[in-house]
Amino acid sequence: MARTAVSGRLRWRVATLSEARWETSTARTLALDVPDWPGHLPGQHVDVRLTAEDGYSAQRSYSIASAWPHPDGKVELTVQRLDDGEVSPYLTDVVEPGEQVELRGPVGGWFVWRDKQPAPVLLIGGGSGVVPLMAMVRARATAGAKQPFRLIYSVRTPEDVLYADELHRRVRDDAGLDVHFVYTRKTPEGWSSPPKRIDVAALNTYGWPPDFQPDCYVCGPTTFVETAADILVALGHDPRRIRTERFGGTS
Amino acid sequence: MGIISRGFGGRRRESVPGLPPGQYLTHDFPVLSAGPTPRIPLDRWRFTITTETGEKTSWNWTEFQALPAEDFTVDIHCVTKWSKLGTTWRGVSLDTLMENVESAADYSMVHSFGGYTTNVPMEDLLDGKAWVAYKFDGEDLDPEHGGPARLVVPHLYFWKSAKWVNGLQLMDEDEPGFWEAAGYHMYGDPWREQRYQGD
Repeated sequence: MARTAVSGRLRWRVATLSEARWETSTARTLALDVPDWPGHLPGQHVDVRLTAEDGYSAQRSYSIASAWPHPDGKVELTVQRLDDGEVSPYLTDVVEPGEQVELRGPVGGWFVWRDKQPAPVLLIGGGSGVVPLMAMVRARATAGAKQPFRLIYSVRTPEDVLYADELHRRVRDDAGLDVHFVYTRKTPEGWSSPPKRIDVAALNTYGWPPDFQPDCYVCGPTTFVETAADILVALGHDPRRIRTERFGGTS
Repeated sequence: MGIISRGFGGRRRESVPGLPPGQYLTHDFPVLSAGPTPRIPLDRWRFTITTETGEKTSWNWTEFQALPAEDFTVDIHCVTKWSKLGTTWRGVSLDTLMENVESAADYSMVHSFGGYTTNVPMEDLLDGKAWVAYKFDGEDLDPEHGGPARLVVPHLYFWKSAKWVNGLQLMDEDEPGFWEAAGYHMYGDPWREQRYQGD
């Protein structure tokens, strides 16, 4: 496995919410002003710390959604509300522009895409696992990079698609970017197949063949990532070219 | 104390004894790894300790199963903030594995099938502090949790408890492993919140 040197101590920074927008009815993008932000690679994450008035605090990790540099100098996180969550409902439903949270990062030197990597890229996202992959799609455009990108995005229903308008626009405008959706519960009107989970056929049809030696990034809930990564290996992809990021638990 | 996030109350579900700072309690068993889950046939499994002078001591699966095993119950703490208390395992103590290995090395690099590595000081592996475990909760260890066998070093963040472990390289000097080279802490004590480099 390749090594990535990262240096410097990570300190907590005060981030001010500058703008928030709903992506779906349960996911909100927070654009944060973070003074002296050192920049980041797409795929990295941050730790967010919330502190209550009595000093109680809680921390969670969130993938960065935006590329760097960002046109307005912001760092964007897209947070999916977990109904039994402690931190995410605050970030989706409570915090307002002008208010502050603490943030530390960027963190992670493995699940990242660098615009100097020559290989074609296969992104496979399940649910909010698309967030760090979107950072890669955006970084490709920001860098003017030409590596062909394919995103396979598994999502419950059309209403749950994050960044729907932007993805639509990018497929039209970003040459060499393809996006294919897999709907697991409900398909859009006129969709050619019934709802289904990600499978060999989807990865075989819409991914890159293993001969192209793509760099693969798989992010989503644990069972999704296990399934997708196993299929890639079975199709003949080199396990060393498959990077994964899992969230959520298994029982 | 950090800045106050107005309107944040928290759920206080982490006011639980045994939780290091910054951790929350989970009852399921999250899976974290850098790549696909390797599936290692037992007839190809080997565990090899290589000393600082290059001497090798190695066990195949049958030999490993014949070693004296221990049942142990420990708390585990992941750098991604979850902790799981009272997990029960069965495995071979590193004391048993090191019994006939001649070494004065202070450090080790733990190696896994699939290429993962992590560094752990020898003193953190000996004296009943670490095991190569092959059962969890009375069942064979699931591949996604590191089966057939994983290292368990419960007093350090769980990335040190390498999954799919296949050996130790004993070293005179410390070197960063996979996550350590990517910005994570060289030691990883959860009680001192040693998450990232410089913590």
